[in-house]
Amino acid sequence: MLSYVARRCLYMIPTLFGISVVAFAIIQLPPGDYLTTLVSRLENQGESVDRAQLESLRERYGLGDPLASQYVTWMSSILFHGDFGQSFEYSRPVADLVADRLPLTVVLAVTTLLTTWLLAFPIGLYSAVRQYSPGDYLATIVGFLGLAIPNFMIALLLMYLGQTVFGMSVGGLFSPEFEDAAWNLGKVIDLLGHLWVPVLVLATAGTAGLIRVLRANLLDELHRPYVVAARARGMPERKLLVRYPLRAALNPFVSTVGYVLPALVSGEVVVAQVLSLPTTGPLLLNALRSQDMYLASSVILIVSVLTVIGTLLSDVLLAWLDPRVRLDQG
Amino acid sequence: MPPDLTTAPAAPRPAAPDHAPLLEIEGLKTHVDTPEGIVRAVDGAGFSVPRGKIVCLVGESGCGKSMTARSVLGLVEPPSRIVEGAIRWHRDGGESVDLAALDPRGEAMRAVRGREIAMVFQEPMAALSALHTIGDQVIEAIRLHLPLSREEAEERAVRLLTRVGIPRAAERLRSYSFQLSGGMCQRVMIAIALACDPALLIADEPTTALDVTTQARILDLLGDLQADTGMSVLFITHDLGVVAEIADEVVVMYLGTVVEHGPVDDIFHHPQHPYTRALLGSVPRLGTGPRQRLDTIRGTVPHPSERPEGCPFHPRCDVAVAGVCDRGEGPVEVALGASRGVRCVHAGAEGSAS
Amino acid sequence: MTGLAAAPGAAGTTQTPEGPPTEKKGGAPPRDSASQWRLVWRRFRRHRLAMLGLAVTAALYLVAIFADFLAPFGTEHFDEDYPYAPPQTIQFDGGLHVDGYTTAVDNETYEQTFTTDPSQRIPVGFFVRGEEYRLLGLIPWDRHLFGPTEPGAPMYLLGADRTGHDLLSQLIHGTRVSMTIGLIGVVVAFVLGVVLGGLSGYLAGRADTVIQRVVEFFMSLPSLPLWLGLAAALPPEWGPLQRYFAISVVLALIGWTHLAREVRGRFLALREEQFVTAARLDGCGRRRVILGHMLPSVSSHLIAQLSLSVPAMILAETALSFLGLGLQAPVVSWGVLLQDAQNVRVLETAPWLMIPGLAVVVAVLALNFAGDGLRDAADPYRR
Repeated sequence: MLSYVARRCLYMIPTLFGISVVAFAIIQLPPGDYLTTLVSRLENQGESVDRAQLESLRERYGLGDPLASQYVTWMSSILFHGDFGQSFEYSRPVADLVADRLPLTVVLAVTTLLTTWLLAFPIGLYSAVRQYSPGDYLATIVGFLGLAIPNFMIALLLMYLGQTVFGMSVGGLFSPEFEDAAWNLGKVIDLLGHLWVPVLVLATAGTAGLIRVLRANLLDELHRPYVVAARARGMPERKLLVRYPLRAALNPFVSTVGYVLPALVSGEVVVAQVLSLPTTGPLLLNALRSQDMYLASSVILIVSVLTVIGTLLSDVLLAWLDPRVRLDQG
Repeated sequence: MPPDLTTAPAAPRPAAPDHAPLLEIEGLKTHVDTPEGIVRAVDGAGFSVPRGKIVCLVGESGCGKSMTARSVLGLVEPPSRIVEGAIRWHRDGGESVDLAALDPRGEAMRAVRGREIAMVFQEPMAALSALHTIGDQVIEAIRLHLPLSREEAEERAVRLLTRVGIPRAAERLRSYSFQLSGGMCQRVMIAIALACDPALLIADEPTTALDVTTQARILDLLGDLQADTGMSVLFITHDLGVVAEIADEVVVMYLGTVVEHGPVDDIFHHPQHPYTRALLGSVPRLGTGPRQRLDTIRGTVPHPSERPEGCPFHPRCDVAVAGVCDRGEGPVEVALGASRGVRCVHAGAEGSAS
Repeated sequence: MTGLAAAPGAAGTTQTPEGPPTEKKGGAPPRDSASQWRLVWRRFRRHRLAMLGLAVTAALYLVAIFADFLAPFGTEHFDEDYPYAPPQTIQFDGGLHVDGYTTAVDNETYEQTFTTDPSQRIPVGFFVRGEEYRLLGLIPWDRHLFGPTEPGAPMYLLGADRTGHDLLSQLIHGTRVSMTIGLIGVVVAFVLGVVLGGLSGYLAGRADTVIQRVVEFFMSLPSLPLWLGLAAALPPEWGPLQRYFAISVVLALIGWTHLAREVRGRFLALREEQFVTAARLDGCGRRRVILGHMLPSVSSHLIAQLSLSVPAMILAETALSFLGLGLQAPVVSWGVLLQDAQNVRVLETAPWLMIPGLAVVVAVLALNFAGDGLRDAADPYRR
């Protein structure tokens, strides 16, 4: 088990390196470098440009150096000093901006993932065991719709209905009075009151996908020889179902986190924008629109790294659940 | 019975006081609904398994032998179903029950499965769950029917595994199926089948998926176990070599019906049905000379949904009589002695000629 | 069996009464492919939902092809006098007509609101003369399937947007971009997926490991932030056509991974098939084995998989454009149209602006149904 985890962690290194290169490329892609953008921006606003300050910035980011050494400068300041660079849009360190919003993003993602599981598991189970029943058809239809409706459409629809039918605003994560308040019990309760809307919206696609995965896997397992063999031993049907096929269908369920999580993070960007949530999504969008590239690439970097770590955790969980993964390759 | 298998609270089996068979199958029809129509996989099969004997059910693949075996334990699942017939199970006390009439998901059937009739399958690897340890599965099989504590069951599991020839059985309890060879897995399956001292063991091609040397060892093991415990075995195979090695009696199936049955020596030395003869003729033997060609059976097995009228074998039969064999319901069984029967219009006459 | 490499020596290989080998499983060799497709089609036709999906998909592509003719107005046509005009209904009393509008101006906010007014009649008809266009890009014509008989009269069957564009016309024109951007993306993804997946599955070993790591890398990334990053980095001076292609390439860059996985899995399984071994023993070169023998037998799976990745691309384009980082006006796509629907306040006055979302859902559902049916038909033994 330990050696498996160790190897999975080793595999992660090239992935993380790849992500950092892509993020760095995103900084480099727009024409001109960070400083020319900054200068043109300042000049547009009619502000004077401090040449000395520019030089020191140039020094700090290693601009003008070859790309490889710029990458090293950028990476090492992130790794050793936690310095993600400066956002010129907000004139604040990127690290501070992200730190403001990242916890809520993580809370949202984790809650959504758990909700997805809680919803998909019983529905998928029912669907497979009662195949071709009205409930199964309903679940299938809901599943198809969940995959076909873009989640920002669901968010829009919820907001529209909330506004016109119930006369309430469903956007945001906090009521106005709590927005800038310090954390206390009231704020947490307020958060929970608002959280369910984005969670529900974000969970639809993942739930729909997982229902289909679980149903297919379970149907597959239900007729395996080991199930027939256990039945031939005189095992009661309900116990049989829980002990064998369900247990086996759980594994693909856990391993699908690998694709549900990235999809979730993707969906969050759009949904957060529509529902104006104080998460990293709108931060990223604004940064991209205003070509605030250090901010944008840092958000992409951090969110991607967190996704990869989430996937790693699900792999470890899978290894713990499935002896074939744990022992066969170890 | 060896002492290590007698811990079951079941009463010791009397050595067949009456000559009533243990299992009697009569006119069994198990059909499969397919989009193309109904496939009559088992079509009126009937035979019996005497107490304390090894009966081999032989036939080509697709002749319905596995389906017959599964019908006994009610393991046929939709789209297959038992349409007709009786599967009479005669318990030691003289009590009888028709297994075909039981609810396959009911309590009565469950009490028979694993406790009175156990089954071993073709693919030992696939028949064991890869997510549970060997020990888990053996102990579970024991505790499903016997009121033993976990510790007692574990002790019994170790004894069972040792008995079926698994070395270091106590350690093996913690192994998973994918860590064992196919032969070892089949030993585990046999141990599971023996967990509650069944009266009948159904072995559905238990050696087909194994390599030849392992096959021989598993066959020896089954033979030994049968001799030790006095249980009956219904052994399903397409391999006549296996039949010759272990069978007391043979049942030959073709297209869902039993065409001939009888004691193994009679079947091998005086086959009556043209199909049985053809089967035996297709087996290579030592000492038949270098240029001796093997006989093959003309044509191929028709798909069960295109069952020919009359005797099912007549399109491939060399001695078929036009106007007799190709119409009607097919020949009825002709009894040739107490435990011998054949379904052929030539029965009796033809046998003496050969 | 037509004496192909796939047929194993049929002569007396089995002495046990197992009978002759019944039927070979797995991919059919190339010469059988005509009948293979007929089989797939026969199974597909039995799948009612899949047939419906196919019909709707076909209809959508027809709309895309004949958009200029089907839409009452061109993409550039708008009438500033009718911002957020509500949808009209077609009525029949001797002739077809729609109601006109009356406007009311709020005294405090100076906001204009429109209501349909039954007292005004705007006659509409079929094959009316309207703006000129080129049918299929070739034939100049000025007839439209339907429209107001008097050019310039307001007809908004699905309502108008902020600048008085006819939503119905925009939706019809948007079909073109939305339904095709997926195709180009899929073609690029297909080439990447088949080449890399095929190599991975055929060569196995070290090459396989490397390619699989690359695939896993792409799969573990949250795709949307990455698309956004790439799309935002596109030079702003690029024209609509360049942007269109760039966006489809961006979509493909991330979308190829699932295909590559699928192809690899199939190829790994096929490597073990006897007809592949036979082809190799017959001295076929690597390229010939892959292209001539293996690819044809996975083609039906691939096409099914392709039809399932088109909807993913449509959804992705919609999300990108919705956020304003994908395609931009004057190009019209469903996602671009939805940009107008971002604000709840706007939706309150003009809920019909969500209709392009409905188009997305219908298209994605139709493609999914058709793709699922095709996959089941191509491989009835999968489950």
